[in-house]
Amino acid sequence: MKVIRDTRTMFIREITPALRQPVGLLFTMGQPLLFLFLFGPLLAGNEMFAAQGEASAWQWFVPGILIMMCITGPMMAGYMLLMELVGGSMERMLVTPMSRTAMMIGRTLKEIALLLVQAVLLIGLALPLGFRLYLPGVLAGLILLVVLGVGLGAFSFALAIASQPGGELFYMVTQAVMFPLILLSGMLLPLDSGPTWLQVLGRINPVSYIVDAERMLFAGTYANPSVLYGSAAALLIAAVGVTIGTRSMRRGI
Amino acid sequence: MIHARGLKKSFKVKRETVEAVRGIDLDVDPGQLVAFLGPNGAGKSTSLRMLTTLLPPTSGTAVVAGYDIVKDPVEVRRHIGYIGQKNSAGENFRVRDELVTQGCCYGLTRPEARRRADEILDLLSLTHLAKRGSNTLSGGQRRRLDIALGLIHQPRLLFLDEPSTGLDPHSRADIWAHILRLREEHDMTLFLTTHYLEEADNMAERVIVVDHGRVIADGTGEQLKKDLAGDHVTVTLRDHTESARAAEVAARIASAAPEIGADGLTVRVRVPQADIAMAELLRALENADVKALAAESTRPSLDDVFLALTGRSLRESDTPGA
Repeated sequence: MKVIRDTRTMFIREITPALRQPVGLLFTMGQPLLFLFLFGPLLAGNEMFAAQGEASAWQWFVPGILIMMCITGPMMAGYMLLMELVGGSMERMLVTPMSRTAMMIGRTLKEIALLLVQAVLLIGLALPLGFRLYLPGVLAGLILLVVLGVGLGAFSFALAIASQPGGELFYMVTQAVMFPLILLSGMLLPLDSGPTWLQVLGRINPVSYIVDAERMLFAGTYANPSVLYGSAAALLIAAVGVTIGTRSMRRGI
Repeated sequence: MIHARGLKKSFKVKRETVEAVRGIDLDVDPGQLVAFLGPNGAGKSTSLRMLTTLLPPTSGTAVVAGYDIVKDPVEVRRHIGYIGQKNSAGENFRVRDELVTQGCCYGLTRPEARRRADEILDLLSLTHLAKRGSNTLSGGQRRRLDIALGLIHQPRLLFLDEPSTGLDPHSRADIWAHILRLREEHDMTLFLTTHYLEEADNMAERVIVVDHGRVIADGTGEQLKKDLAGDHVTVTLRDHTESARAAEVAARIASAAPEIGADGLTVRVRVPQADIAMAELLRALENADVKALAAESTRPSLDDVFLALTGRSLRESDTPGA
């Protein structure tokens, strides 16, 4: 099928430069590890987790880091697209018969592929620190990551297209949105210890539901309302993102 | 190859409607080399972007390479090549990788695309750069890569948007040598936009002049110059009486009333063919006992054509920000 073939073409195009430069790839891959090794121990040593044992901190922290990667990575996909829109390479591809949808999916899949490799790497390195692996939960958690990544990637493509030709809008919105999403989701520190207003803001942030769900899944708990809410939030983000993304791609660039 | 009727495009910019293209009719036969000439902002690129399916027209229709741009854009894309104003290769990608991707975009299998990429690398003398990142190439090399990307599927119709803008004269000549050779070999129809007068004049067999989103002249360069600007002969005289008499003499051989210059000492007259007319005029002045101090014949440029049509010079209206 044409869309599948075009998606493959786009995916191979996008992933090739990364594979050709293993050193650069290593640095990209390495960044979440910094959080794991430089931030993680702070949590593990914190009295909050001390009562439950040090391992519980890792159990809590790893899913949070994964969601954070899932927010920064796909957001950057839009940045790459913006660069290609400002240059002429996107235009060149738009004049070929390649499917527009495939162009978008192929790009997203590249981010997803990197994300999954990072996730496996991160989990692998957390194991000796005391992270306990519930395989079905982790797999379900990764699917949740993919769904969220697709949605955010599509959002960031739409944003990149809307930011032409200067790109200022893209920087403004990503900066304004990304950090509140991360900070108000409790992915790095629990929101429970914060003031009420902060907790309320956290409850409004859809990402915090996904973080909760991811933690449940990684702990091997499946029949919990948080899993349902988190999945719903991820699916909602994906549905809205893909709709907006595809529409702005079709409307012409 | 191209048939457009009433092609229009308007944009909304801050609640104001800007009419970039105000109704263009166009017919281009197979094999022609057509230049779309006009100042920046005349609607050249917008027209081109509509014909290449990058922008849907606000109204009007066009059939390009046998397919309707609105109803059948994918078929149009399959049959045309496009070389945009900016560089076509992605910054972080290798030269050959981009060519292989481009081949796959047109439906070639990966092995076919590789074979075709090597062929076109050779054709445009890029083989030694195959493994370089496109961001490490010089301006001229990047432009050659753009052409390679536009020709990977051997289109019969190629659109070029300002193909030589920003290149040094040497690279410009080189790019043109490649374009013309490939056109010869593949029997291509070329449609290009340019704001370089010389380029339109020297390269194109047909020049379409656009201004404010409309076609204002259409013909061969020679024809436009002859019909719209014409040759001129200018003679310089000693004093005002002499120039008045010279103007009388000149009126006999001229195709329009002679003009006397602001200083009252020069007489400029439009003639069918400047070189012949100059000899004739000098003889006639001699016979009438009028002494010409100097004589000059000028052939028109496309800029004179533009000036005659719009009252503005293309060079002036081409200043940055205009």
